[in-house]
Amino acid sequence: MSTVDDRPTTGPEAVEAPGRRRTAAPLALLRNSWRQLTSMRTALVLLFLLAVAAIPGSLLPQRNVSLENVQGFQRDHPDWYPIVDRLGGFDVYASPWFSAIYVLLFTSLIGCIVPRLRDHVRALRAVPPAAPRRLDRLPRHAVLTDPDVDLAAVAAMLRKRRWRVAVQGDTVSAEKGYLKETGNLLFHISLIGVLVGVGLGSWYGWHGNRLLVAGPDNAFCNTLQQYSESKLGHRLDGDRLPPFCLELTDFEAGFLPTGQPESFRAKALLKEQGRAPRPVSFSVNDPLRLGGGTSVYLLGHGYAPIVRYTDRYGKSQTSDEAFLSIDGNLTSEGVAIFPDVNIDPKTGERAPDLQVGFEGLYLPTTPAQGPFVRSEYPAERSPGLMLIPYRGNLGLDAGIPNSVYSLDRRQVDNGRLKQVGEGKLLRPGEKWTLDDGTTVEFLGTRPYATISVRYDPGETIVLVSSALLLLGLMPALFARRRRVWFRVVPVPADTSTTDRSSLVEVGGLPRTDYSGFAEEFDRLVAAARNDRTATGSPRNDRTATEEETD
Amino acid sequence: MAALSDQLLAVAILGYLLAMICHAAEYAFGNRSRVGRAALRPERELALVGAGAPADSAAGPDPVVKVPAGSTPGGTASTRVALLGRAAVALTVVAAVLHLAVLVTRGVAADRMPWGNMYEYVLAVTFVGTVAWLVLLHRRPTVRHLGLFVTLAMVLLLAVAGLVLYVPIVPLVPALNSYWFVVHVSAAALSSGLFLLGAVPAVMYLIRNGYDQGKRSFPYTLGARVPAAASLERMAFRLHAFAFPIWTFAVMAGAVWAEAAWGRYWGWDPKETWAFISWVVYAGYLHARATPSVKRPVATWIAVIGFLTMQMNLYGVNIFFEGLHSYGGLD
Ligand code: HEM
Repeated sequence: MSTVDDRPTTGPEAVEAPGRRRTAAPLALLRNSWRQLTSMRTALVLLFLLAVAAIPGSLLPQRNVSLENVQGFQRDHPDWYPIVDRLGGFDVYASPWFSAIYVLLFTSLIGCIVPRLRDHVRALRAVPPAAPRRLDRLPRHAVLTDPDVDLAAVAAMLRKRRWRVAVQGDTVSAEKGYLKETGNLLFHISLIGVLVGVGLGSWYGWHGNRLLVAGPDNAFCNTLQQYSESKLGHRLDGDRLPPFCLELTDFEAGFLPTGQPESFRAKALLKEQGRAPRPVSFSVNDPLRLGGGTSVYLLGHGYAPIVRYTDRYGKSQTSDEAFLSIDGNLTSEGVAIFPDVNIDPKTGERAPDLQVGFEGLYLPTTPAQGPFVRSEYPAERSPGLMLIPYRGNLGLDAGIPNSVYSLDRRQVDNGRLKQVGEGKLLRPGEKWTLDDGTTVEFLGTRPYATISVRYDPGETIVLVSSALLLLGLMPALFARRRRVWFRVVPVPADTSTTDRSSLVEVGGLPRTDYSGFAEEFDRLVAAARNDRTATGSPRNDRTATEEETD
Repeated sequence: MAALSDQLLAVAILGYLLAMICHAAEYAFGNRSRVGRAALRPERELALVGAGAPADSAAGPDPVVKVPAGSTPGGTASTRVALLGRAAVALTVVAAVLHLAVLVTRGVAADRMPWGNMYEYVLAVTFVGTVAWLVLLHRRPTVRHLGLFVTLAMVLLLAVAGLVLYVPIVPLVPALNSYWFVVHVSAAALSSGLFLLGAVPAVMYLIRNGYDQGKRSFPYTLGARVPAAASLERMAFRLHAFAFPIWTFAVMAGAVWAEAAWGRYWGWDPKETWAFISWVVYAGYLHARATPSVKRPVATWIAVIGFLTMQMNLYGVNIFFEGLHSYGGLD
């Protein structure tokens, strides 16, 4: 850990003394800024900034997560909203300041990796460095007094232990643990891969969300207009979405006695170009994978009550709009609207003030006694539909977009749409005659599913890069770079008490934080000895016991 | 089975509490004990001591005794104090076994992995922390004094789990019903437990470091009897380095799961956002530790901040934020 300089660049420009050569001022400034940017300290500051900058995105509602919550914020804090919005507070992860931080960080990263990669390739191709003059100054040191330790055997022993070995004259130099830097580089390069994948996804990906009510009439085909909410990548043409049509045929939901959902599954009919329609099914955690990387995900579900209205001329129309659930027991709110009713068949003229709409509350399990405002269980054990009739002008022609899940309140407030009569709870099959003799009938329900259709071409790149990232991270953290040298030295004549003519001096240098180096070193020394003399015992050797320096 | 699990939890907490009291007693009376002296010795000797001694060797043929440095032979008083320490460790082992039993009975009762809501998740994380602590203690018996802080953390976290986060057993909601549930959550719990344990030497290092610099006000006084600063720092680093890849994997497995369950691998849901923040902060710590110009205390502070972001994610996000990850079971 400690061997890395603040500036990992060890190229010639790093050694060059500043100001030795006079460079044009702007150029020098540029170069200095580049050095600053690619220093590990700057990377650290940028990492920290990135973490801090991500926080507001979890505190403020985000457009891409929940548009409704952003609108809620606008309603609750009208003064703050424009300011926060200007600062990008509702799109933190796409905001200029957040982007600036990661762009700088990744620039720094590239500026950091390139020279390190070059150096590492060089190191991989070079032989282990020559021994320092004094091996006894190294953190580990030992002297083998056995007669004639064979350097070739030592080299072979080290090679067998997967050390990188060079024999130079009377010295064996060996190094191990290059994998640390390899892993480290792989890790950092994979980070770039992840970013590229994320970028591709946002440029060329698309997604659309919608609600799909069961039944052939409600099937949809894959065009942008068919989605209630959609997003196209910047570089994508909306006409080029893959063609397919999907019809929901059934929805199975299982619940526990407590009402907690247990399982969901949507059954559908898929029509792809040039192929016969085929039944498919998908679920939470089990999306429908279409060819070419497009998938259909199940996000939610609910009920769409079928309501039939018969007008003054005896003509009937049916509505099966989805109702949105407001609690865990699937109490659902919605409307059934009939804009094209009460048209005189003789004149063919529409009476704009005789349009009809119902506000509805659907209870899959209606309580035995009123008030009928909350369902008691999410499955349809005792369905009941509470309807409140309105007649007048629904306000659909005004061209002002209005929610499809509620009546236009403005029309009610200005008196053009009037409530006619109290609400009434209808059971399936039950018919209710309104004050003007027209009837409304609750026929039953259809299930609906909320789905998301999504295509993200960057996914695979992100996944592969992440896997490589993890692969690189392990050796980067756990591998250890270390060096050993074995050198034959002649025994000074006057100290020679035996008939030996030479000794072998051994030195070891851990290049990273490695507390087990002492033991490994001792094992190597013992192995070198055993290779020579099978009975060699370490006890009569001087083995240095200095702690490694950190 | 479910009721048994709940009762076992109470007993396990009691076990940790007793262990904590023993540690505290050893801590209070043990300034002349061998462990106490060992704690004050420089790291190099510690490494010697730690090399081969089993966890409970403090009163046995102790390598510490071999260190000359004018040490007086341990008297009977200090042996008794050391006994307290050994009792504390034994109690921690018992509590850990009970802790495991809590998880197993809970899992059997629910017929699934016991980490389906926040209560169970905290139980799993703390269990990982305890086991990692015992392993550490086995390999380096001299760190025993940290046991006071480890058991304190366990008692507090388990009490919060039992009193605040408790929910009755229910099966998983469909979104959690996936094998990724096992993969992702176990990796997250494992790394969280290791980060939790790593935070102890990190904080103690900062305290000890302040103590060594002559600070004698409250938290620093705790530094008097913990292991040497450098060895605490290294231990903190090792634990974090070990936990970081697991955490990376947990986040990645979460992304794979999110793709299948919610249709996108990353959506800046509050939980995802805070996981990202923790990851970046811990990456920053490892980075800082490898940068020579960044001082060790500064780097260690980053680790402590990382720990705080993890806690924010576990408690803050589950309780205060609305998001897809709202499976804590608290309303
Ligand atoms: C996206 C931003 C980055 C992240 C998330 C990141 C993360 C990490 C992590 C987790 C490590 C620890 C692994 C290890 O110890 O080997 C590490 C090491 C390292 N990083 Fe980065 N890094 C980033 C950017 C950079 C940049 C911009 C530089 C260059 C200025 C850099 C240079 C290094 C070096 C030299 C090491 C090795 C330290 C050593 O082990 O001796 N990193 N990085």
